[in-house]
Amino acid sequence: MSIATDAHDTASHDDGTVQTEHVGGEFDHAHKADIYYVKIAIFLAVLTGMEVGLKYIDIGALFLPVLFILMAIKFVTVVLFFMHLRFDSKWFNMAFWLGLGLAVLVYSGALATFKFWSR
Amino acid sequence: MADVTLPLADVGHDAHDTHVADHSADHGGAHATSLGLSNNKLGMWLFLGSECLLFGGLISVYMLYRGRLGNGPTPEQVYNVPFTSVSSFVLLMSSLTMVLAVTAAARKDLKALDTWLAVTALLGATFVGGQVFEFTEFYKHGLGFTTSLFGSSFYTLTGFHGVHVTVGIIMLMAVRRMIKKERVPGDKAEVVEIVGLYWHFVDIIWIVIFTLVYLIPA
Repeated sequence: MSIATDAHDTASHDDGTVQTEHVGGEFDHAHKADIYYVKIAIFLAVLTGMEVGLKYIDIGALFLPVLFILMAIKFVTVVLFFMHLRFDSKWFNMAFWLGLGLAVLVYSGALATFKFWSR
Repeated sequence: MADVTLPLADVGHDAHDTHVADHSADHGGAHATSLGLSNNKLGMWLFLGSECLLFGGLISVYMLYRGRLGNGPTPEQVYNVPFTSVSSFVLLMSSLTMVLAVTAAARKDLKALDTWLAVTALLGATFVGGQVFEFTEFYKHGLGFTTSLFGSSFYTLTGFHGVHVTVGIIMLMAVRRMIKKERVPGDKAEVVEIVGLYWHFVDIIWIVIFTLVYLIPA
C-alpha cells in the first residue's frame, strides 16, 4: 500500500516496516515497527545494568576497558537506530561524526597538555 | 532554525535541480536542497555536531578537576549510584518513547503521536526532578557550587545537561500543542523527527556523563 503524504512517499509493508522516502528521493530510511525499537531499548537497558553491575564487582584492570566498550556500544546504538543515522544520508552522518571526531581530537589534545593521560 | 532553501544558482542549473525544486514546491513547504536533503534536518545535525564540542569541553574540565576537592566532600561521599542509575534508565526509556512518537508521526497516527510525546516529556521531567533532588542532597552534604573545583565542574557539566533536557521538554510540549492546533506547516513527521534528534542527543550525552562521572572512581 502506498500513501502520498506532505513531503514523504510512504509505503507500509506487511512486516510492519514503514518505508519513507523524502523529497528529492536522494535518501530514504525505514521507520521500523514499534517492537523493533522496544527490543533495542531492552538491549540498552541490559547494557546499563551491566555497567552499574561493574561498579560493584571487582574485575581488576578490565574495569575501565569494559566500561568504555559498553558506553560506546550504547552511544552508537542510540545514534544509529533511534536517531536513524544508519538509514539516513551520508551528509547527516558527516555533520555528526565529524563534529564528534573533532571534539574527541581537540579535547584529547587539551587533556594531554595537562598531562591527564600520564596520571 | 534557518528556514531557507539553497538557491539553485549555487548548485548549478541542470534538469535534476529544477525537478527537485518543483517537487519541493508541490509538497506543502517542505524544504529540499539539490542534495535531496531537508535544510531543517541538516541544520539540526550540524547543531548536534557542534554540541559535541560544547559537552566535550565540559566533560574534559570535569575530568581534570574531579580530584581537586579542597575542603569539600569527595565524589564517593556524595554520589548515590543506585539513584542515578534509575534516573539514567528513565532517560533511556524516554528515548524509546520518543522514537515511538517519530514512527507514529510517520504513519500519521496522531493519537499515538500525542501520547508518546506526552510520555516522553513526562519521563524527561522525572529525570530533571531527580537531578534537582540529587543537587539538593549534594548541597546538604556540603558540596556547593564554589566549595571546590570538583563541585564547580560537576554542577556546570550536569547542570548544562539538565538545561538541555528542560529545553527538550519545552520543545516536546510546544510541538505537541502546535500539532493539536494544526499550526505545523508542511511535514509534521519531519518536525517531530527533528525534535526527536535533539532528544536522543541529550540521551547519548547522558550515556557518556553517567559512565565518566558516576561509574569511574575519582
